[in-house]
Amino acid sequence: MKTTRLALGLGLGLVAGFAAVSPVGAQESINFVHNTYRTGAFSGSGIPVADGVRDYFTMLNNRDGGIGGVRINFEECETQYDTRRSVECWEQAKSKNSVVYVPWSTGAALATIPRAHIDKMPIFSMAYGLSAAAVGGTFPWVFNPPLTYWDGASVWIQYIAQREGGLDKLRGKTIGLILLDAPFGREPIPVLEALAREHGFTLKTYPIPPAEMQNQSSTWLAIRRDRTDWVLVQGWGAMNPTAVREAGRTGFPRDKVIGIWWAGGDDDARPAGPDARGYLALSWHQVGTNFPVIQDILRHVVDRGQSNSAREKIGENLYNRGVYQGMLIAEAIRNAQRLTGKRVVTGEDVRRGFEVLNISAARWTELGAPDFAAPVALTCADHNGHHAAFVIQWDGTKWNRASDWIRPDRARIRPMLEEAARAYATSNAGWPARSETCDQPS
Amino acid sequence: MTDATLTTRKPVLGESQRNGLIAGGVLALFIAALVVATQTGTITRNDWTYKIFVDPFVSMVDMPDLLVQTVWEGFVAGVLYSLIALGFVLIFKASGVFNFAQGIMVVFAALSLVGIYEFLTLTLGMPAGFVAALVAMAGALGIMFVLAVAVERIVLRPLVNQPDIIMLMATVGLTYFLIGFGEYIFGGSPKVMITSQLGLPTGSTMLDFAGGRINIQHLDLAAAIIAAVMIAVLGFFFQYTRIGRALRAVADSHKAALSVGISLNQIWVIVWFTAGIVALLTGIMWGARSDVSFALEIIALKALPVLIVGGFTSIPGAIVGGLIIGVGEKIGEFYWGPLLGGGIESWLAYIIALMFLMFRPQGLFGDKIIERI
Repeated sequence: MKTTRLALGLGLGLVAGFAAVSPVGAQESINFVHNTYRTGAFSGSGIPVADGVRDYFTMLNNRDGGIGGVRINFEECETQYDTRRSVECWEQAKSKNSVVYVPWSTGAALATIPRAHIDKMPIFSMAYGLSAAAVGGTFPWVFNPPLTYWDGASVWIQYIAQREGGLDKLRGKTIGLILLDAPFGREPIPVLEALAREHGFTLKTYPIPPAEMQNQSSTWLAIRRDRTDWVLVQGWGAMNPTAVREAGRTGFPRDKVIGIWWAGGDDDARPAGPDARGYLALSWHQVGTNFPVIQDILRHVVDRGQSNSAREKIGENLYNRGVYQGMLIAEAIRNAQRLTGKRVVTGEDVRRGFEVLNISAARWTELGAPDFAAPVALTCADHNGHHAAFVIQWDGTKWNRASDWIRPDRARIRPMLEEAARAYATSNAGWPARSETCDQPS
Repeated sequence: MTDATLTTRKPVLGESQRNGLIAGGVLALFIAALVVATQTGTITRNDWTYKIFVDPFVSMVDMPDLLVQTVWEGFVAGVLYSLIALGFVLIFKASGVFNFAQGIMVVFAALSLVGIYEFLTLTLGMPAGFVAALVAMAGALGIMFVLAVAVERIVLRPLVNQPDIIMLMATVGLTYFLIGFGEYIFGGSPKVMITSQLGLPTGSTMLDFAGGRINIQHLDLAAAIIAAVMIAVLGFFFQYTRIGRALRAVADSHKAALSVGISLNQIWVIVWFTAGIVALLTGIMWGARSDVSFALEIIALKALPVLIVGGFTSIPGAIVGGLIIGVGEKIGEFYWGPLLGGGIESWLAYIIALMFLMFRPQGLFGDKIIERI
């Protein structure tokens, strides 16, 4: 009797166990482990971005049942903007078969680029990371649209030239770059130096060590001493609101301080109050909630209490940037499904999906974001696109668009990037020649 | 410190100070020689000796307004560094432990203030303004008091007479607890300091000076005054009151203090609460210069070189040390920073501290420790 019961119990247990692990009836999903920093010194920038991308994928799951009928299993990996933790997140993403790795840190991008082709997981570093990764022939596994920091430097100088009355008016001017003393901060320097030589302006660099992000008084004194005409801000986290405040404190004209797109958060300008009015930053997408995609997020995510973001922060600049990033990645996953005919795609498939990424104005509208951003297209050779950007201005309470689209000087930037890519491949012994096939966009 | 340790004060000018003066004199002679060499054309403007030893001083004379402005910025930063260092000194004096959690206490106190203010005005509908800010201030002080009691009960009391390293590790643990607890309650998003609501002045005054201008921020002025008053009150409290004497007794020896009837627990609560008040003031001042976020914690590291210069046990040391580091690093960054690509002030503070260590290992005002074997 005892033996019979034991056998029956074991049998039932086995059946239950098999049922639990059996693929029959299990829901298909695509895994996406996403780096975030909701804690630490850079959380001010990390939180809105993370909220935007998370809410977008939650919305896709709630509204459409995922992408192509497959739910996206979105997970966050907390890095605190720390490269060591970010590399740990790479390992986590790899072990969970994440279809893409999003470092959200230039240091983390640099640290993981050599692993991507080995672990077959593409890196998507949207408008940050190694600028030279735009060269798809050398970096088939890395994508950094819609423009690089080098393009950003070009846009900066063109905008200043517009305001000064022409590129020839830059001669004799002093342009300062205050930068976070980290790989991210130093990225635009080569292009700015080249442009300074060409147009005859003086470039002054003011590095801010991460420990001094909130202690910039000597930097702004140096800006005053150097009689700097324009200040560019390559900052992130607590460095940005401090820079805007210091500009106000020292009386430097705020409409001559231009942040890179990562220095354009609402929380970068808001703490300075009236002192921030006039502050400028680069961007490539709109702010606000007046887009069907954002309305869908409000309806399908926020109203259901599934968002981490406060309702009033939906539609802010960095939140919408998270949504923009989500839309590009989702489109790459759709492309991968179309190219392979598979519903559940892998990192290798999504890499192919990125290479044929092509979001036209009509496609932006289909995605629920008419006029949200400019068309973006990638190719096997060009993983960036060097797309246009525009300038936004803080009016004391919100960002407003303050310029037309400004196209970076691709003819100048592209050869520099290709040279930098060649130098990277040469200095990293054994860097593989591209063996990945190139899909044709349909 | 063990019972076999005696503490003595050094004479005003010890051997090391005399050496320091001699070194300073030699340096001054060296600079004078360089100036003469430059005047006579022996050294040109492109020589590194000129750039390091002559050009900064020429700039100081050419643009005295910038020199005064730099010294003022250094002074303000120094006063704020002093305030942070004071938090460390108080706890070190009372418990002989380096309070690793002082930085996060700054963040926690400032977040409590802003968090309570937001709760009062947004959730409870209290009118925004000075009254709400005062209530929030009282609430934040209450939280710091509760924290002090909790630290004494949960962390310190069980560790009486344990080696210092155990106490240090306990404060490390407290740091990580407060980071997690703070993020759980207040979230990681930066908050805006309620500067004007607290009645702190904003705006600035421009002073004409030597053909240039000096920009005095009213907030900086208020910070300097408040910090100075705070330091004076604390100095008086711990120097001349019964509790102050008890504190010094505790600092010398837990066992001896207990044997003469001093309540160690009470002293620890008082000291941790005082450090909490100092943390709140520091958080308000730094938060008003940027925003209130967990990045503020890094600022507390600035207290380390200040403590090296001023000594871990001296309140005047924290003040003078803070001012030396504040002014020293701003002058260094402003005049010599460009030679090294800028951004040198974070490590320059330690170089300045090390230079002091060479002449006074116990810090400017620290107690010289004589161990009798």
